[in-house]
Amino acid sequence: MSWLNQAKKGIKSLTEQKKDVPEKLWSKCPGCGEVLYHKELERNMWVCTGCNHHLRISTDYYIKLLADENSWHETHKGIRSKDPLGFKDSKKYSDRIAASEKKTGRNDAIVTGRCEINKLPVCIGIMDFDFMGGSMGSVVGEKIARMLQDAVKNREVAIIISRSGGARMQESLLSLMQMAKTSAMLNRLREEGIPYISILTNPTYGGVTASYSTLGDVIIAEPGAFVGFAGPRVIEQTINAELPEGFQSAEFLMDHGMVDMIVSRKHLRDKLSDTISWMVDGRDISVQQPLRA
Amino acid sequence: MMDFKKTPWLDFEKPIVELEERIRTLEDSASLRGLDVSEEVSKLKTQVSKLSKDIFDNLDPWQRVQLARHPRRPTTNDYIGLVFDKFQELHGDRAFRDDAAIVGGMAWIDDLAVMVIGHQKGRDTKSNIFRNFGMANPEGYRKALRLMRMAARSGRPVVTFIDTPGAYPGIGAEERGQGEAIARNLREMAGMPIPIIVFVNGEGGSGGALALGVGDKVYMLENSIYSVISPEGCAAILWRDRAKAADAANAMKITAEDALRLGAIDDILTEPVGGAHRNHAATAATIRETIIRDVAELTSTTTRDLLDKRLDKFLSMGIFDED
Repeated sequence: MSWLNQAKKGIKSLTEQKKDVPEKLWSKCPGCGEVLYHKELERNMWVCTGCNHHLRISTDYYIKLLADENSWHETHKGIRSKDPLGFKDSKKYSDRIAASEKKTGRNDAIVTGRCEINKLPVCIGIMDFDFMGGSMGSVVGEKIARMLQDAVKNREVAIIISRSGGARMQESLLSLMQMAKTSAMLNRLREEGIPYISILTNPTYGGVTASYSTLGDVIIAEPGAFVGFAGPRVIEQTINAELPEGFQSAEFLMDHGMVDMIVSRKHLRDKLSDTISWMVDGRDISVQQPLRA
Repeated sequence: MMDFKKTPWLDFEKPIVELEERIRTLEDSASLRGLDVSEEVSKLKTQVSKLSKDIFDNLDPWQRVQLARHPRRPTTNDYIGLVFDKFQELHGDRAFRDDAAIVGGMAWIDDLAVMVIGHQKGRDTKSNIFRNFGMANPEGYRKALRLMRMAARSGRPVVTFIDTPGAYPGIGAEERGQGEAIARNLREMAGMPIPIIVFVNGEGGSGGALALGVGDKVYMLENSIYSVISPEGCAAILWRDRAKAADAANAMKITAEDALRLGAIDDILTEPVGGAHRNHAATAATIRETIIRDVAELTSTTTRDLLDKRLDKFLSMGIFDED
C-alpha cells in the first residue's frame, strides 16, 4: 500500500477521532484494519497492539512523550504565513492557511521550542502534517532556521521531527529556498560542533527529505514510516511499473543505509536521551570549534 | 555544434523567423541577378526588430517555459565550449557510476582556473536518453560534490549551470538516497570555502536544480525559469490535470523577474533579442564577463566573510508575517 493511501486513511480516522471523542471509542487501524479500543490505544501510545502500526499523533502528544515535565517552552510562536505570490488554484492560498489555522489551532506546519529530555536540554522542531500536509513554506523554514540558531546560541543539541508532503507549492521558489536556508544553517551547526538528530515519521517526502530530514548526525525513523524524495505515484508513472512491497518504508531505508535506527514510539524518549548524552555528556561544547577544513 | 535544420521553432517566434527567411531569399536572388535591394532589406530588418521587440517584450510565463526548454537553447556543454578557453571533463562519483545528466570538469578563462559543473540535457531522442533528459540520479549530485571539494582543495572558484526538469524519480534513485544526495549538496555548498557562481540557464526544476544552486552569486538568464516543481507537476497535484501547466506556470511565478522580486536570485542576465538560442556566442560572452568580474570581487574578501555572507543571503529568503 502506498503511503498516500495510508496517510489518507490515517487523516480520516484521526480527524474523526478528534471530532467524535468522547462518543467514539473505537478506531480501525490503518495498518491492519483491526478495530481498536481507544483507551487501549492511548495506553499503547497510539501504536496498534496487533500490527505495531504507528498511528499519527499530535504535536502536543510528542511534547508530552519527550519533554520532562514543566520543561517545555515554545519559541517563535508569532511567525505566520503570508501569501507572497497571491496564489490561487481551486482555492486561494490565504483561504487554505485560514482553514488549516482553524483546524490545527497552530500558525503553521511546525512548532519549535526548548525542553529537557531526561534532564538534557535540547532545541526542537515538531512538524504538523494536519497543517497543509506539513508542507514547508517560508514559515517552516524560518522557524527551523531560528530554532537552529537557538541551538548554536544555547549550545544545545537540535532535534527535528519530520512529517511532510514536501515543499509548499503555493510559495513556489520561496519554499524551494527554504531547503537551502535550513541546510545552510545545518552547516553552521557542524562548524560550531552542535549535534543534530533527525526523526522521520510517516510520511516525509519531497523538499523536506531533500533538506534537513536526511542531514541528521543521527537519523531515527518510526517503524513503518514512509520516507522518500519522489512520491510513489510519480515514480510509478515515470517508470511505468509497480513498486515493490515496502518501497520507501523505514525498513527499506534501513536496508539501504539511509537511517541509523528504527525506534518504536515507546522507546523514543530513552533512545533519544542515550544519543544526546553520548553526543554531549561530559563534553565541553560551550566553545566554538575551529572552522572545519 | 548541432545541426539545427530540423529543429522546430516555437509558434510565437515563427513570424520573426519567416520574415528573416524572406530577407535571406531576397538577398540571395538579388545577388544572383546583380540587383540592389539594400533599401528593401533595411526596411524588412527594421520590421524584424520591431516584431521581435513586440513579441519578446510581452512574453507570458508559459512562453518563458517554452523558451527555457527550447531545443535550440544553449546547454551546459555549449556554454563550456563558448565561455571557457580550455576544458577537461572529470567523470564519476567514485562510488557507483558516472551520471551523464551532470557534467563537470576543470576549465580555464585565460589563466583563471575554475571548476565548472552543470546539468546536461540532450537535443534529440538519442542524446536525451543518454543524458536522462537532464534528470540526475544521486551519483550525479555526488559527482558534483566531489568536484566542488576538489576545487576547494585547490582554491579554485566553482561555476555551475542549472538546466533540469528535476531530480530523477526512480526506484534506484530512492534506494541510493536521492533526498540525502541533494540535501548534502545544499549543506556542503553553504560551507565551500571558495566562491560559487550559479547560472540558471534553462529550466530550474525543484530540488534537483537547487542541488547545484547554493552560491555567492545566483543569476538567471532572462528567459530561464526557476520553481519548486515543474508546471506540469504542480498542475497534476493542485489542478489534478497536467494540461493546466500554463495556469500553474502563471500561478507559481517562475520567471527571472519574479525570482528577483522575491529575493531568490542576485540578478538577471539579459539575453540577445529573440532569446539565447538566436545567438549562443553573445550569451556566452555575457556569462564570461560575469564570471571574470565576480571572481575578482569574491576573491578579494576573507573566506570567513564569504561564508557568512553566503549564509546570511539564504537565511534572509522567505516572506512571512510576525506578531
